[in-house]
Amino acid sequence: MAPLVPRSGDAIFANVERVNAELFTLTYGAMVRQLLTDLEEVEEVNKQLDQMGYNIGIRLIDEFLAKSNVSRCVDFKESADVIAKVGFKMFLGITATVTNWDADGTSCSLILEDNPLVDFVELPDTCQGLYYCNVLSGVIRGALEMVSMKTEVTWVRDMLRGDDAYELRVKLLKQVPEEYPYKDDE
Amino acid sequence: MIGVGKMKQYTNVLDKPLSKGKQEVSLSAFAFLFSELVQYNQTQVDNIAELERRLEDAGYAVGARVLELLCHRDKGNRRETRLLGILSFVHSTVWKVLFGKVADSLEKGTEHEDEYMISEKELLVNRFISVPKDMGTFNCGAFVAGIVRGVLDSAGFPAVVTAHFVPMEGQQRPRTTILIKFTEEVLRREARLG
Repeated sequence: MAPLVPRSGDAIFANVERVNAELFTLTYGAMVRQLLTDLEEVEEVNKQLDQMGYNIGIRLIDEFLAKSNVSRCVDFKESADVIAKVGFKMFLGITATVTNWDADGTSCSLILEDNPLVDFVELPDTCQGLYYCNVLSGVIRGALEMVSMKTEVTWVRDMLRGDDAYELRVKLLKQVPEEYPYKDDE
Repeated sequence: MIGVGKMKQYTNVLDKPLSKGKQEVSLSAFAFLFSELVQYNQTQVDNIAELERRLEDAGYAVGARVLELLCHRDKGNRRETRLLGILSFVHSTVWKVLFGKVADSLEKGTEHEDEYMISEKELLVNRFISVPKDMGTFNCGAFVAGIVRGVLDSAGFPAVVTAHFVPMEGQQRPRTTILIKFTEEVLRREARLG
């Protein structure tokens, strides 16, 4: 069988079923508001959003691998590129740029050019410590963990907090060696 | 382009032009998010009625905003003041924007004057959900019922809105009916307007 050719994010996005981004945005907003009411502490909300993102990430990676035909990435650099060019496009219809690599290629920044989560949003004074989009960092962490990469994902810049862009810092902590079920292949 | 400078941050959200609303995200992105919303709320309750109420609350928040948004964008800052007008606004405009299609049907209840029903063969939020047996009549449609209530209430038509599964002959999955029961004051006003 010929190896499958990885598909571009645009091609996948054009072929999947889509919904109005406003429904998505407003639903996310309603969820964040529920969390703020329930948990009261902004720090707790950040944590919960990250956890929810993580839960999504570990499920989302399956669909991602099934639809993108992406096979094993040779290094962390390629993984980051795939997330930015294919992952973001395929699920949210947006692209991100990868920049600011450190010398040993284990951490980089993803810069979102567009962010559908934050339409209609303004952070009130009482929520200044909130990472409104924290679900995204959880998703990336969860998805990468399923392909044996332990990462730490943090927000560096957030336009809702007055910065000029959305920037996520992704740091590779360690690559977990995969244990193959060798016996099955014999 | 990014890095337009620090000026942008202080722009009030209301000063930005209203988007045309043609942007889309993948259905999976929404489905994943919705499933987290349901699962989170499940951890906060100890019975099904409470879970449905919380989902409805989340929907209400969406509905209230959708009304505002659509009245600005699609209706030149006017909103409906008559019962049938607002119902068809929900059934057509709101449904079309949120779910990409007009709702399958809008009917008036035959037994009660104050009841109306919007039915959908396969409601978006129920598509990937199968309700476990021990959760009885639980219906994720409560979220959509909340959206409907949010729109109606904010437009001045308070109502009790609930979601129900209705089995369909020859179909594996039941359809979802959103039952709208208007309060007395709405009907009295409607009668007065003639």
